[in-house]
Amino acid sequence: MKHLRLAILAVPVFLASAVFAQDVSQNQVATLRNTAPLDQEGEATQIPGIVNTDIRQVRNYPDQPPLIPHKTDNYQVDLNSNKCLTCHSRTAVEVSQAPMISVTHFMNREGQTLGAVSPRRYFCTQCHVVQTNARPLVENEFVDVDKVIDYVKAQQGGAD
Amino acid sequence: MWGFLKRLWWIIRRPSAYFSLGFLTMGGFVMGIIFWGGFNTALEVTNTEAFCTSCHEMRDNVFEELKPTIHYSNRSGVRASCPDCHVPHNWTNKIARKMQASKEVWGKIFGTINTREKFLEHRLELAQHEWARLEANDSLECRNCHSDESMDITRQSKRAADAHERFLFTGEKTCINCHKGIAHQLPDMAAAEGEDHAGLLAPAHGEGLLASTRSYLGLSSD
Repeated sequence: MKHLRLAILAVPVFLASAVFAQDVSQNQVATLRNTAPLDQEGEATQIPGIVNTDIRQVRNYPDQPPLIPHKTDNYQVDLNSNKCLTCHSRTAVEVSQAPMISVTHFMNREGQTLGAVSPRRYFCTQCHVVQTNARPLVENEFVDVDKVIDYVKAQQGGAD
Repeated sequence: MWGFLKRLWWIIRRPSAYFSLGFLTMGGFVMGIIFWGGFNTALEVTNTEAFCTSCHEMRDNVFEELKPTIHYSNRSGVRASCPDCHVPHNWTNKIARKMQASKEVWGKIFGTINTREKFLEHRLELAQHEWARLEANDSLECRNCHSDESMDITRQSKRAADAHERFLFTGEKTCINCHKGIAHQLPDMAAAEGEDHAGLLAPAHGEGLLASTRSYLGLSSD
C-alpha cells in the first residue's frame, strides 16, 4: 500500500521533470554562451577585423561622433600622451592632413569657447570608435534622420 | 711602483731565453683565439633578451610593455628582441654603445631605477636618450629590418602610404620622428620639450591640455 502511494506520487514528478527537460532543450535563449552546455567550453568566435579603409563614413545624425576609419591598435591615450592628437590636433593637421577635431571640443559644458581642447573631450575613444566587419547579431532597424523627416512630412500631408 | 714597472718592461723587452719562437708565435695565436673568442662570446651574451630581462628593472617595466606590441607578438612570428632596436648591429658602433652602457651598470649597482616610481621618474630622460640616438643615426636600428627600398607602399593603407611618401622617402623625417612609443609606453609628454606634435604642451597662454586634463580629473601632481 505504502509503495503504491509512493508510486502514484512519483508519477507527476517524473512527468514534470521530463516535460521540463524537453522544455529547456527546445528553449534556445540566445546568450553569449550560445548553446554550449554549462560544463563545456563553447567555441570562440573569430575576432572581427577592423575596417582600415580611411574612407569617412556617413553619420546617421548630425551630432553623431564620426567613426574612426582606421586601426587604432596600441594607440596610447592616457595622461602621459594622446596618440590621436598627434595627427588630429589643431596644430598637427598641416603635417598630417587629418581632419581637425571639431570646434565643439573647444567648448566647456556651458558652451563657452576655450582656447584649447576641453579636458572633458580628452579621451577620444569615449565617443569615437573603430568599425569592424563583424556580422550584425540582430537586424538593425535604425532609420536615418532624413527618412524620419520625410516620414513626418508625409504624415503632415506633404505641407511644408 | 716605478721600480716594478721598470722591471716588467725589462722582462718584456728581453728576448726569450727558454721558449722557442715557434712556441711563442703559436701560443700567442692560440691564446689570441681564446681571448678574442671569449670576449665576443661574452659580448654576445650581454646582447640577448634573456640577459636584458634578467634584471627586474627591464623585466617588470619595459619588457612587460613590449609584450602586447607588434614587435613582440604578431601574425608572422618574427620578433624584435631588445638588442635588435637598442644596440647597433655593426661591430664598431656596438662596442661604442657597450662602452656607453657601462653607465647603465652604474645605474644598476646604485639602484637608479630599482622601483617603479623611480623608473617612471626617469622615463622621460631615458626615452629622450633613445630618441636622440635614433635621430642621430637616422633610425638605423629600425632600418636594419625596415628598408624603405623594400617598403611597398601600395600594400599600406593610404594614410600610411601618403605619410611615408611625403616624409620618409624625401628624407625630411626619420622613423623615430613619428613612431615614438610603438614598443614601449610614452613618458609624460607634457614635460618633453620640442615634442609638441599633439598640442599637448602648455600653449603660450594658459595651461597645456595634459595638465588641464589632469586637474580636470583631480589628478594634479602638485
